[in-house]
Amino acid sequence: MFRDAALIAGKDLRLEARARVALNQVAPFALLVLVLFAFALDPDRGVLDQATPGLFWIAVLLSTLLAVQRGFSVEAADGVRDSLRLSALDPAGIFLGKVVAIGVQLLVLEALLLIGVVVLYDADPGGIALLVPTCLAATVGLAAAGSLYGVLSAGLRVKETILPLLLLPVLAPVLIAATQAFEAGFDDRMGEGWRWLGLLVVFAAAYIGLGLLVFDTLLEEA
Amino acid sequence: MTGTTSSRGTRVLGALTLAGMAALLLFALVLSPQDEVQGEAVRMLYVHVPTAIVAFTAFFVTVAGSIVYLWKRSEWWDITAHASAEIGAVLLGATLVSGMLWGRVSWGVYWTWDARLTTTALLFVFVLGYLAVRRLPMERDRRSRLAAVVGLLLGPTTIVCHYATTWWRTLHQGPTITRLNPEIDGIMLFTLMLGMVVFALLYAWLLIHRFRVLWLEHRVEDLGLDAALAERRSEAEDGGTLVPSP
Repeated sequence: MFRDAALIAGKDLRLEARARVALNQVAPFALLVLVLFAFALDPDRGVLDQATPGLFWIAVLLSTLLAVQRGFSVEAADGVRDSLRLSALDPAGIFLGKVVAIGVQLLVLEALLLIGVVVLYDADPGGIALLVPTCLAATVGLAAAGSLYGVLSAGLRVKETILPLLLLPVLAPVLIAATQAFEAGFDDRMGEGWRWLGLLVVFAAAYIGLGLLVFDTLLEEA
Repeated sequence: MTGTTSSRGTRVLGALTLAGMAALLLFALVLSPQDEVQGEAVRMLYVHVPTAIVAFTAFFVTVAGSIVYLWKRSEWWDITAHASAEIGAVLLGATLVSGMLWGRVSWGVYWTWDARLTTTALLFVFVLGYLAVRRLPMERDRRSRLAAVVGLLLGPTTIVCHYATTWWRTLHQGPTITRLNPEIDGIMLFTLMLGMVVFALLYAWLLIHRFRVLWLEHRVEDLGLDAALAERRSEAEDGGTLVPSP
């Protein structure tokens, strides 16, 4: 299973390394969202400062939608999905591989965004010891839930519209917990943050577990 | 074929529901007293709580139906899950609207971002997503299996939503009637229980009808498919050449 996962993740990341869609399109989009927030919330009145953790994670969430869509649309053409199913790779391995590939791209994106909020919003990444594990746990959760709903909607004619409707409510707990943890991290109130980090870990574990169980069915149907 | 989806059983059930609704109105608006703290606003209770509880029950039926469908591929459970989610969505909508009106009176605002309200709103959106999957234009069996997986994921959300007031300290009050000696006046308790029974009857009544309509929809689909197949076969027998249909 893990060997299959490594194969799939390697394939997807190699595709990304050559096509650079996430780097050239998704990452600039995420930064653009940050800039738009600054236009919408007048930066001089301190609103932006208070809202920074939430805006960071909203930007990540929107980029997750794009990354997930990209991650599954690479297999839409030329019957690649069917070849994948016929390849005798373990479906659980395919799921894990997808999670790793999407997760790695999201982590790079989050690093860029973190630099973005430090530079543009003047945020203070004091509690970096909390911020990094929060990013890791939240990313696993986002990538796992995203892969589940991504494969579900990939074969559909209405995939662009159904994916946000299904995925965003599911990701809302990640948004809440990660925002709270980041607030604690930016304000150096580490004690509170660890509880929210715990919630993120539970979420990630739950969706990884669910994915391993039902990915088989979804891959077959979609 | 009677040309309707009713039967003697559902007519009795429907009559009971309507009579119960009338009795509920009588008890809720006339016979039960005002609340010491909340005044007349307390009468919202008799709609708000029963619709919420019946809606949650409906979603658990959907989750159970999804699990059984994935396991046994039974059309009966597939349709039950679908019908139950639709009625649950309507009831949850009623819960949200009655809660907002009640909140405006007793908290001063329609909406506040506390845990119970937030999780309920998320649950509502989630169910709308489930119903959107149910309407996807694709082959019925595939759609049913996709919907069953989405329905399965409905379970954790419903549980979190149900226990939200117990897990987090929220503005929304906790459960009043699950304790052994309820701190609620006798006739108010009776009215609330009547509300539960009436909305449960309403749910059952609507569920049976919705189930039958969906079942007939499936049969119509099958008939259409059979007819199309027969047409193609006869075409092939007639001339041997496949003419594209107009």
